[in-house]
Amino acid sequence: MTPVLAHPRPQELAGAAANSPPIYLDNQSSTRVDPRVLEAMLPYFTENFGNPHSTSHTYGRIAAEAVERARGEIAALINADPREVYFTSGATESNNLAIKGAAHFARAYPQGGQGRDHIVALQTEHKCVLESCKMLEREGFAVTYLPVEPNGLISLAALDATISPRTLLVSVMAAHNEIGVIQPLPQIGALCRSKGVLFHSDAAQAFGKIPLDVEAMQIDLLSISGHKIYGPKGVGALYVRRRPRVRLWPLIDGGGQERGLRSGTLPTPLCVGLGRAAAIAGAEMAAEAERLCRLRDRLLTNLAPRILGLRVNGDLEHRLPGSLNLSLPGISAQALIEASPSIAISTGSACTSATVEPSYVLRALGLSDDLANASIRVGLGRFTTPAEVDFAADAIADAASRLAAESGTPT
Amino acid sequence: MIRTETYLDWNATTPLRPEAVAAISATLASCGNPSSVHSWGRMARQTLEHAREAVAALLGPISPDGVVFVSGGTEANHLALLGAERERVLVSDVEHDSVRQAFSRSEAIPVDGDGVVAIDALDRLLAADSRPALVSVMFANNETGVIQPVAEIAAIARNHGALFHCDAVQAAGKLVLDAEEIGADLISLSAHKLGGPPGAGALVVTGGTDLMPLFRGGRQERGRRAGTENLPGICGFAAAATAALEGVAVYDRVRALRDELEDQIAEIAPDAIVVGAAAPRLPNTSAIAMPGVAAETQVIALDLDGVMVSAGAACSSGKVGPSHVLAAMKVGTEIAKSTIRVSLGWTSSQADIAHFLRAWTALYRRHRNFTSGACAA
Repeated sequence: MTPVLAHPRPQELAGAAANSPPIYLDNQSSTRVDPRVLEAMLPYFTENFGNPHSTSHTYGRIAAEAVERARGEIAALINADPREVYFTSGATESNNLAIKGAAHFARAYPQGGQGRDHIVALQTEHKCVLESCKMLEREGFAVTYLPVEPNGLISLAALDATISPRTLLVSVMAAHNEIGVIQPLPQIGALCRSKGVLFHSDAAQAFGKIPLDVEAMQIDLLSISGHKIYGPKGVGALYVRRRPRVRLWPLIDGGGQERGLRSGTLPTPLCVGLGRAAAIAGAEMAAEAERLCRLRDRLLTNLAPRILGLRVNGDLEHRLPGSLNLSLPGISAQALIEASPSIAISTGSACTSATVEPSYVLRALGLSDDLANASIRVGLGRFTTPAEVDFAADAIADAASRLAAESGTPT
Repeated sequence: MIRTETYLDWNATTPLRPEAVAAISATLASCGNPSSVHSWGRMARQTLEHAREAVAALLGPISPDGVVFVSGGTEANHLALLGAERERVLVSDVEHDSVRQAFSRSEAIPVDGDGVVAIDALDRLLAADSRPALVSVMFANNETGVIQPVAEIAAIARNHGALFHCDAVQAAGKLVLDAEEIGADLISLSAHKLGGPPGAGALVVTGGTDLMPLFRGGRQERGRRAGTENLPGICGFAAAATAALEGVAVYDRVRALRDELEDQIAEIAPDAIVVGAAAPRLPNTSAIAMPGVAAETQVIALDLDGVMVSAGAACSSGKVGPSHVLAAMKVGTEIAKSTIRVSLGWTSSQADIAHFLRAWTALYRRHRNFTSGACAA
């Protein structure tokens, strides 16, 4: 069997719109599996198909060893012990498990957490964090949704003021899925630790792209995704600190896999894929970050003089390489996307991209509805080339000027 | 010497079908998120909806809209038992741990000596308390293969206004199922038990049952399950489901092999027992007791001879302690401690059976000789 490895790429960039698949610039939404990751996974789909929990026979043991190797690769990238890494079905599950799990454990064993029942999350957290918090509110927990600065960064003073002796957990996304900003994790970690508060970080976008160190950053719970780092969909992980031990109530119980925290047969090929993706991301992180920053600057430099009032949303310095959120005043982002079918970009989070509401993230940054609706997200990735970036800049600028001409707005 | 290996642990997991390998490889090479609106996303969405139809077909002519893709059978069972939000949850004593552990206050439905749910007891349990209830009984047991009278159970549940959830993880793909005949409101499926990849499964909502999601976040799966869909896994699941249905006749051959294996065991070892043999069973599963020899000992000895079986469910095969399924069937501690699970699949052959019988017989004779020798001394 020959796996399909060829990355669909427009043969002739100039004629791309006609029948080639569009250039993929939505790498915050999902990424293509790296061929090296696919190669590592395939044997565990086929000849090494054993159930990793069937450790009484060879097939099971081969699978179990592969899972443990992958666990080690993930742990190594965040300076954790492999025993602190729990596999899940993805970052959504990891975030649900971290937040609801910590809350439900604290409720079940109030003596351990001194009756703490208050949770703090940024207003700009991913939907799955906010929705988990909302569920806990209905169950009687108190939740503070902390505003952010206009550049998308947390106010440490506001966080400090919000934390009370009742505060159980603070959840802050390491790097943002829509606006790309990177939060000051070491400072947040230090603050939380000094007050005995658990620090959870949704690192679905950050893991594998920027250095993360759960010790230096004093992170207690860290959510990880496979398909954001050129690994497979359907797998993620949750880091859970052992010292001092963080206790969670499981979301899924049953066979007792993952030391009782997450039951269900582990998908060996997906675990292997996540491990390999983590190893590759770690090895290539510095060079790739530099390359993506150059490409991002190239795109911005190319676009800025051609679009009136173009603005970048979110802090430009503390930012994921490759991530851009742009407002094009007076241009409907939805219309722009429809007018440039040769590139795949988005208006924001994929989870909510079918909705017409303006992004709650951009609103939290203080953008008006009009400006929020004039904003696009461009996500460059490992397979993005300079030629594709130039093509995309032309496509965006051309579409913007066409739309502006139609509506009579000068560009 | 080339050691031949015989895999007879198909109820734990199955090798991937070639159709599933092809589907996964093709989908892995593409990068769309089904929730994205651009054309990569729309292609992914289309692929996802086709997969939904293929998986729905495992349960006959039902609407694919009821298929909620999840990470596997365990999650499907949790979503059913917790998501239905019923005050009472009644689960049979032979359910998989992922059902038994899902709801903290679940009530037990007893089974008879063959592992079949005691229908009268279920009726009485439901009649005794009128709070909204959910009944969860599996289609076929993972350890013994025993098939439950699901249509009768569904009728009783319906009479009492209770929802019925059926864990069909082991039955799907091995038998032709029909959601309407099963009569369940919620049915759990798993990909890696029928030749699809691990990490994919589905909870099928056959009617209008509302589910509270287990994972919150995006509006994926019609708001019933947040999280980016595992598209390659789901496509592998769909391809395997289609292949399983097309090839389901292979289980006539598998049944013949399994029956032959059991006949041979009966001839070699008159004291061996096939647990649940009197009940209708899956065509591929055999729970065989070799009295006096611990199941773990048997599994290790057989593994050394290249034959892979298990001492019960894979999830618990690292644990010690007798199976709750065998305990519920009241087979006695002696039998419970000495029962192994042999499960066949679509590529199992006469040679596999012969290999197993050679290894099993050698082990049996060693222990019998030792025992009789000890008695004579």
